[in-house]
Amino acid sequence: MAADALLPFDEALAKYEPVLGFEVHVELSTKTKMFSSAPNAFGGAPNTHVAPVDLGLPGSLPVVNEQAVRYSISLGLALGCSIAESSRFARKNYFYPDLAKNYQISQYDEPIAHDGEVEVELDDGTVFRVPIERAHMEEDAGKLTHVGGATGRIHGAEYSLVDYNRAGVPLVEIVTRPIFGAEDRAPELARAYVATIRDIVRSLGVSDARMERGNLRCDANVSLRPRGAEKLGIRTETKNVNSLRSVERAVRYEIQRQAAILDAGGTIIQETRHWHEDSGTTSPGRPKSDADDYRYFPEPDLLPIVPSKQLIAELRAALPESPAAFRRRLQAEYGFTESEFRDIINANLLVELEQTVAAGAAPAQARKWWLGEILRIANARGVEAGTLVSPFHVSELIALVESGRLTDRLAREVLEGVIAGEGSPDDVVKARGLAVVSDDSALLAAIDDALAAQPDVLDKIRDGKVQAAGAVIGAVMKSMKGRADAARVRELVLERAQG
Amino acid sequence: MDLTRLPASELAELLTSKEVSSVEATRASLDRIGEADGDLHAFLHVAGDAALRRASEIDQLRADGQELGPLAGVPIAIKDVLCTVDMPSTAGSRILEGWVPPYDATVVARLRTAGMVPLGKTNMDEFAMGSSTEHSAYGPTRNPWDLERIPGGSGGGSAAAVAAFEAPVALGSDTGGSIRQPAAVTGTVGMKPTYGGVSRYGAIALASSLDQVGPVSRTVLDSALVHDVIGGHDPHDSTSLDEAWPSFADAARAGAQGRDLSGTRIGVIRELNGAGFQAGVQTRFEEAIALLETAGAEIVEVSAPHFEYAIAAYYLILPAEASSNLAKYDSVRFGLRVVPDGGATVEQVMSATRGAGFGPEVKRRIILGTYALSAGYYDAYYGSAQKVRTLIQRDFAAAFEQADVLVTPSAPTTAFKLGDKLDDPLAMYLNDITTIPANLAGVPGLGLPVGLAPEDGLPVGIQLMAPAREDARLYRVGAGLEALLHESWGAPLLDRLPADFGRHRGAAPHLAPVPGPGTEPDGGTA
Repeated sequence: MAADALLPFDEALAKYEPVLGFEVHVELSTKTKMFSSAPNAFGGAPNTHVAPVDLGLPGSLPVVNEQAVRYSISLGLALGCSIAESSRFARKNYFYPDLAKNYQISQYDEPIAHDGEVEVELDDGTVFRVPIERAHMEEDAGKLTHVGGATGRIHGAEYSLVDYNRAGVPLVEIVTRPIFGAEDRAPELARAYVATIRDIVRSLGVSDARMERGNLRCDANVSLRPRGAEKLGIRTETKNVNSLRSVERAVRYEIQRQAAILDAGGTIIQETRHWHEDSGTTSPGRPKSDADDYRYFPEPDLLPIVPSKQLIAELRAALPESPAAFRRRLQAEYGFTESEFRDIINANLLVELEQTVAAGAAPAQARKWWLGEILRIANARGVEAGTLVSPFHVSELIALVESGRLTDRLAREVLEGVIAGEGSPDDVVKARGLAVVSDDSALLAAIDDALAAQPDVLDKIRDGKVQAAGAVIGAVMKSMKGRADAARVRELVLERAQG
Repeated sequence: MDLTRLPASELAELLTSKEVSSVEATRASLDRIGEADGDLHAFLHVAGDAALRRASEIDQLRADGQELGPLAGVPIAIKDVLCTVDMPSTAGSRILEGWVPPYDATVVARLRTAGMVPLGKTNMDEFAMGSSTEHSAYGPTRNPWDLERIPGGSGGGSAAAVAAFEAPVALGSDTGGSIRQPAAVTGTVGMKPTYGGVSRYGAIALASSLDQVGPVSRTVLDSALVHDVIGGHDPHDSTSLDEAWPSFADAARAGAQGRDLSGTRIGVIRELNGAGFQAGVQTRFEEAIALLETAGAEIVEVSAPHFEYAIAAYYLILPAEASSNLAKYDSVRFGLRVVPDGGATVEQVMSATRGAGFGPEVKRRIILGTYALSAGYYDAYYGSAQKVRTLIQRDFAAAFEQADVLVTPSAPTTAFKLGDKLDDPLAMYLNDITTIPANLAGVPGLGLPVGLAPEDGLPVGIQLMAPAREDARLYRVGAGLEALLHESWGAPLLDRLPADFGRHRGAAPHLAPVPGPGTEPDGGTA
């Protein structure tokens, strides 16, 4: 396939106005699935987290997960939406092997939440308001693995395997209205919007929101219209964009690709497009038209969802503060400067930082570790820092340093072990034998060995050349393989000189 | 004493008093099946050994002094639309041939818990689509009153099995009359409960908003007893009503004992009376109404102006839901798989499987339903049908202002001949004209025999309908009417069932094969 022609971004923006739209699917972290009692758990041997409903077995019937409804209402409220007095499930009919019943139970004309707005903060602190059309409940499909083809796609595959563990996992699909006015910041807004949704669902605790696991999936709609035009352009829907960075890149790519086509007098094909992380390009999927006929009709196996006013009031009262308010509060509480704080936001580590502080660490220490060592490793590996280690473990690590059980150097080694999956910091300390030796007798023995090798040091110290202690401290640290507290060693050496 | 001739209520008494064992009763049923089913083909699967084992367990429990339910040890036949863990559950379709579900339908689990003994699975029109059981992929069931005639459908197997004394009671399912119309043409009793009164979990779905499982029996009391066992709230079915039901058996006993209907208003529906009904059906129906009047009932005429649109609405709603419910039969996870020669894509395998696995009536309805739900047609078809449904519900509400129970003939004609309507779907559909409104409105309907039509000597049934949740009222009035009829006849109607299944009626000693694919249009008889 020939590479797409791209117009330079600035030129594309000069000629065309980008209009965005997003469909974000959030997997809810309920214990069981949307319509069955099978566990809603990531992983597991294929087709083990399944009940008859998830396999679409004849005679099986769906039953709505009450917790999923509560989560959906909370999420709707957090998106500033109205909650429908009565909402209904509908069947979306289409044949696909990952869809056990060959229809998806979704919501169509009566979603549970509608008409909201989300404040999205851009990198420089500008706040952009994204209009939300609706948020509706639905079930996830299973997972297909295409075997035998070169690309891992269905085209060219010899056969396909299907795993229904994910089938029936509860989803909320959040649909925006068309977003105008983002202009040259459209790619940045795309990233910031998805990050905001991620922060909202995390703060609500309704989803693990891990993009690399597919807990949060974004389909990005992009269209261009010539400057001054009223009519919206033809849009594409880019799927499979599974990191914040990719969302930004994919939107930028589509703007440039569509601009090149329009500039050459061509027309955009309305279609889904696949995002390719490695090449940073999109490729055509299936043609999509507004006339796609899913033959929606009300799901006759389920009753309408009619939440009581009291339930909605309860859930509203229990809402955590919005990510924007959360940021304002933390900045004040932590006493960081504007630029220190923005570094954290831009690294998408505010939630991690807050959870680390909540677990007991000092804000400055938490910031140091997340923006320092952890971010460095994440960047080296090309992953999101938040996926490497839990805030709880970072807090534990900081506590070990504060208590003197670990030096910074040892702590970095422990962190490595935690990231490698060797357990909690405490587990790693024990397994690798990394704790600082706090037993003075062991330290004194090492000091005496070092002094025996450098007999003149004590005299130098007594003569006032205190820095001479450094040589002994270095030798002790070396002989104890770094597991000594340098300050304590120094104290003991000075005591020896006095004694 | 021929145990197979006893109603379940009487058999249960003998079992309780230990005069008869469940093994004896079960063996009697199995022997009768062995004797009769070659002619009738009411069963798709007979679980003889398992039934005898279960019967023996029940006998042991009783011998041990265990407290058992009123129907413990009574054999029962189960329509093949219901999932059973120990027997294939095919819904009469080739696409589910040999499929054994990993779970019991809730109604099956409940009758097992009640100690009832499943005899096997009964024949039906494929996926319950039909009024004659001729659309079964495994061949038709024949009517024990006349082997050349249909036993009704879709539950012809359950009705024929009960009418021919192969089983004292059976389970059926009723989407548009599949319990009541077979009951009418076989001289048996059948109840479609209030929608939500009996769990649909494990009932292979035809049209989810219309399907309802119910009992088939020879007496009203027997249906009530079975209804008591299978009914009530089921958390696995979201459309199941969460409420306490009265004892239906008590209602039936009270009705049979009192035989007094003073104060009960019986509504005759103007639009379902007279024109269009076979003369003998109309005669017996009017006689039954006269009998109700002598028992003190007040007879009123009510109007249900929108019932004339019921069939049209039903044949949009049902296919629409069915087209979606039947999409799961795609060969990927269970059931038949047909792979075209030389391998194929998943779409081609799905297509070949559905092409080979579904019969013509199923395909017809899937196509109708897919069309009715399509963008651009939805409002005109499915949407309009739902509006008609609402109007029919209002007709019922208005009628029930004037009457406590509504009555119609259960079916417009007596049993027609096999093959008569197979090539004329519209004529077949019209057979359910009286039963469909109750499904569209979710109200209960009870069918019971009111005699034999003078012109052909075949059974005629009456249908009683009550407001939703008033199932007990139907058992009370139905049992009262039944007692009056038995009194006037001197014996139950089924005592007149011809021992040779009506062979003497037919001119030809051999039955004509059913016209269909592979046979001549004239049936190919010699």
